[in-house]
Amino acid sequence: MNNLQEYAPIVGEATIYDLFLLAKRLEGKSIQNINSTSVGGGVAEILTRMIPLLKQLGLDARWDVIKGNEKFYAVTKKFHNGLHGVPVEVTDEEFDWFLEVNRANAEEFNFADIVFVHDPQPIALVEKRPSIGKNWIWRCHIDSSQPDKKIWSFLERYMRKYDATVFSAPAFAAPMPVRQVLISPSIDPLSEKNRDLTETTVQEVFERFGIDRSRPVVTQISRFDFLKDPLGVIKAYKIAKKSHDMQLVLAGGGATDDPEGPMIMEQVKEEADKDKDIIVLFLPPSSDFEINALQRGSTIVLQKSLREGFGLTVAEALWKGKPVIAGAVGGIPLQITHQHSGILTHSVEGTAQWIKRLLNEPTFAATLGKNGREHIRNNFLITRHIKDYLLLFLSLYYRDDVVHF
Amino acid sequence: MNAFHFYSRLDLTILLDEHATDAKQLLKGIESVPDASIYFHTHKYLLQYHYLIPVPPNDFANWALTSLNDDVLGEQLSSIDIMQSGSIPELRERIAEVVRSYVKKNPRNKRECPPGEEFYFMATQTVILPTPIVSRSLEEFSNHIEQISLHSLYYHMFDSRLRLGRGENDFSAWFRGIGKPELADKVRTLDPYLSTLEGLRAQIKALVKKYE
Repeated sequence: MNNLQEYAPIVGEATIYDLFLLAKRLEGKSIQNINSTSVGGGVAEILTRMIPLLKQLGLDARWDVIKGNEKFYAVTKKFHNGLHGVPVEVTDEEFDWFLEVNRANAEEFNFADIVFVHDPQPIALVEKRPSIGKNWIWRCHIDSSQPDKKIWSFLERYMRKYDATVFSAPAFAAPMPVRQVLISPSIDPLSEKNRDLTETTVQEVFERFGIDRSRPVVTQISRFDFLKDPLGVIKAYKIAKKSHDMQLVLAGGGATDDPEGPMIMEQVKEEADKDKDIIVLFLPPSSDFEINALQRGSTIVLQKSLREGFGLTVAEALWKGKPVIAGAVGGIPLQITHQHSGILTHSVEGTAQWIKRLLNEPTFAATLGKNGREHIRNNFLITRHIKDYLLLFLSLYYRDDVVHF
Repeated sequence: MNAFHFYSRLDLTILLDEHATDAKQLLKGIESVPDASIYFHTHKYLLQYHYLIPVPPNDFANWALTSLNDDVLGEQLSSIDIMQSGSIPELRERIAEVVRSYVKKNPRNKRECPPGEEFYFMATQTVILPTPIVSRSLEEFSNHIEQISLHSLYYHMFDSRLRLGRGENDFSAWFRGIGKPELADKVRTLDPYLSTLEGLRAQIKALVKKYE
């Protein structure tokens, strides 16, 4: 567990001090986070790191997990896919079971002053609100920009009962008569995936994977699925390779719900077999250290997504001072301002062109990386995330545009 | 002598139910969103990109340039001098007039942004908090201006003048109050939109040093 003061050399003493100033205004209020799992997944990961830090700020913060059976999670998996835009069929009986499990959990919880519910699984706990009061917030961590209408409309009935809803990108929200807040996810600069590594450590990892750092290395770290466009990355690499010697590293997990996933993985393997400079690494989920080293040792990092939730791999690479070329989709434009803190592209050709330009102009590439790191320092580290949560909690008690303490 | 109390400020970003895919819709939004939204889209970049030289233009200009790919509208929007506006309604009208006149002159321009690059109107709820830093003399102020956070500097230079409608920045008001009108005028006429926040901090410090 990290101490809040360990972040001071990274974000500045004043930032940490501001967090204490804000937390003081929440004295006496208890805060309860509720989600569906204590391990695995982005929400559990961030809560594991955040709850101890909130406690260090003097807050009465806790984290509870709802209980559900296999049948319940089969239904909520459908909700998850539906929010992602995958057409799903949910029967009335399944909706009823979902509500029944939520109601049973609601009877067991001892609710805090502020109830912060994460994702769809526990969303209907809010039915308890008329009888117990409290302040309720629901956070959607999922890309819901093109949701299945039936699923959205079912969930929206519950969203409307909250005091505030939170989304990670503007496109994920939809008009509704409840305050909607934008809070981006964050990375933890002290985590295994982002902590500083020595040059020797980075070199060792590259040697272990057989990557030659004496030549440029262009890397994309992503799941091998259609939406991350690994085949588009290979096409861009082939165009750029005509004028520049380089290697392409495609690294990531293979687990995916994408039905086209296995086919895409096959095609990526075929391409790699034809070109020794395409290095494909299938990494297990516990590869944070290796990903850290691969990002740090690369010349350019790509994230050529066709669709993206938030795309935190962009923040990870920018934090390591790398020039990043990424698709202008999902939360990526929040992380990159084109030609200031990175490069945004819309096509294979555009990506290839920018790979060539950045390899040709290392000074410009280094400036992008430097600016990108500063942008992440200011906007996408866990300390900013904590600040946003504290402001969100305060906003439940103060509604004016400007709150003057 | 009156003491100067430094404050800090922090923002929560609020999503509004308004977005645009072309210049006409952008105009509609600019004309109808709350003042807090106009302030957000013309000032957000100052803190988010405070380390960049030159700082990127305001959100409206940035969107016209990069998502509408419209250099003319983008240039006109990025040329708006915020220092010339004494209030947010005045600033809103200047921005709206640029887009209005552009739409009028280009009735056949149907340029739309690509899907996924819509302009989403947002606003902020700003929380202002007192810090324990208090200056009782110019000498103390000169030291404290180096210690305060960029959020605090931003609050006293930007929020106070435009968002809170005080007409001038808090530092100038204090300098005037302690009998330093010339220093007050010099700090008032600094254009904070043309430098980074650290650059602005250095300029204020240098001016104060001259009058200590």
